[in-house]
Amino acid sequence: MDIEKVKETEEEFTPSDGSVKQVVDFALEAGRILLKNGGEIFRVEETITRICQNFGVEHVDIFTLSHGIFVSAENEKGDVYTRVKHIPLSGAHLGIVAEVNELSRQIAENKVTIHEAKERLEEIDRTPPSRARTQVLGAGMGAACFGFLMGATLTESIVTFFIGCLVYMWVILAKHWHLSKIIINIAGGILITLCAILANHFSTLSTVLRLDGMIIGAIMPLVPGMAFTNAIRDIADSDFLSGTVRMMDALMVFVYIAVGVGIVLITYSNMTGGFVL
Amino acid sequence: MTTQEILSNVFCSFMGTLGFAIMYNVPKKYYLGCGFTGMAGWLMFLAVNAQNYVTSSVASFFGAFVVVLMSRILSVRMKCPITIFLISGIFPLVPGLGIYNTVYYIVTNQLTQAALKGIESLKIAFAIVMGIVIVVSIPRDVFHKVYYLYVEGKD
Repeated sequence: MDIEKVKETEEEFTPSDGSVKQVVDFALEAGRILLKNGGEIFRVEETITRICQNFGVEHVDIFTLSHGIFVSAENEKGDVYTRVKHIPLSGAHLGIVAEVNELSRQIAENKVTIHEAKERLEEIDRTPPSRARTQVLGAGMGAACFGFLMGATLTESIVTFFIGCLVYMWVILAKHWHLSKIIINIAGGILITLCAILANHFSTLSTVLRLDGMIIGAIMPLVPGMAFTNAIRDIADSDFLSGTVRMMDALMVFVYIAVGVGIVLITYSNMTGGFVL
Repeated sequence: MTTQEILSNVFCSFMGTLGFAIMYNVPKKYYLGCGFTGMAGWLMFLAVNAQNYVTSSVASFFGAFVVVLMSRILSVRMKCPITIFLISGIFPLVPGLGIYNTVYYIVTNQLTQAALKGIESLKIAFAIVMGIVIVVSIPRDVFHKVYYLYVEGKD
């Protein structure tokens, strides 16, 4: 019994070659999950360093980009272990970021062993997004409220709520089919404008439904606020390379949305003849 | 501003931020914090923007300042990453509309308007960067000490 116990503690505190590999793989996985779900660059680097040092890998160098992590670790024997991981730019799940952060906090307090931590990380990675219905309602609410803040009337906001819901339904459906971002956003812009034009036809003399008021609110669920904010944060941390890539990602989405909206509005104004945009 | 306008702004900024927090899968226990962060930022923006001697980018700077300050306090209090409150809270200030308008004017070939809107959005984005940098560079210990001294009444 005693000998086994001693062996166990030895394994944990003096990393053999196998455990350097194990620790770095685990840390990289945690970093990948953070980056994929919308963590900032410095958080990813901090988490990887923290995990490695707590599990006894002292020398670790990390280079993180918005879509890739490079880790190189060395033990006291001088054996070097290096890994590169490509992480495509993708959606946001802030709940997972919070969970991984909590796990890394517990690791720093030496509360969990590496095996428990691995199991918990796998569990966290499998966390499903909130129910589609809730997300759709959230998108509608956000669209209507921001539309109102940007100067839409109450009636326009109510119409915007439904357009926002419809657009987010399309986004969820399109993500399920793995359509590309270009298609999702251009078609989203077209859908929004068509709905707004349709609603505009129902406006009476007393309640005029302006196209502007509805379109401005309804594009909000498509606007890449997360990518944009993360880009700004990375630039604020002087991670200019990752910041630029994320900013480009956000800007391209704006272009797609505007193309979608623009096509329909121009066609509509040409069809109706001389209607001023 | 009438009372009704103020109330509708309070309500809409709270609910709007909450809506986007739901979209980004924020866990339920942080909903209230997200809503209040977004609301505080937007109200600060409005209050500063109402003065006629400042531009909207200065107002965005103060808005972002309040948002980041609140996010940091909340993230210490609720022991969670600052990103959760920051991303949802800053959403009302992000010049999404400005950038959309810029690109829209380019698409519809109104280039003067596009340049005006584009530079304004750029200024707002830079103001937000400044707001974030100033608050983030306050050392972490300050927040912990202030929180434990005044809120929980212990070291």
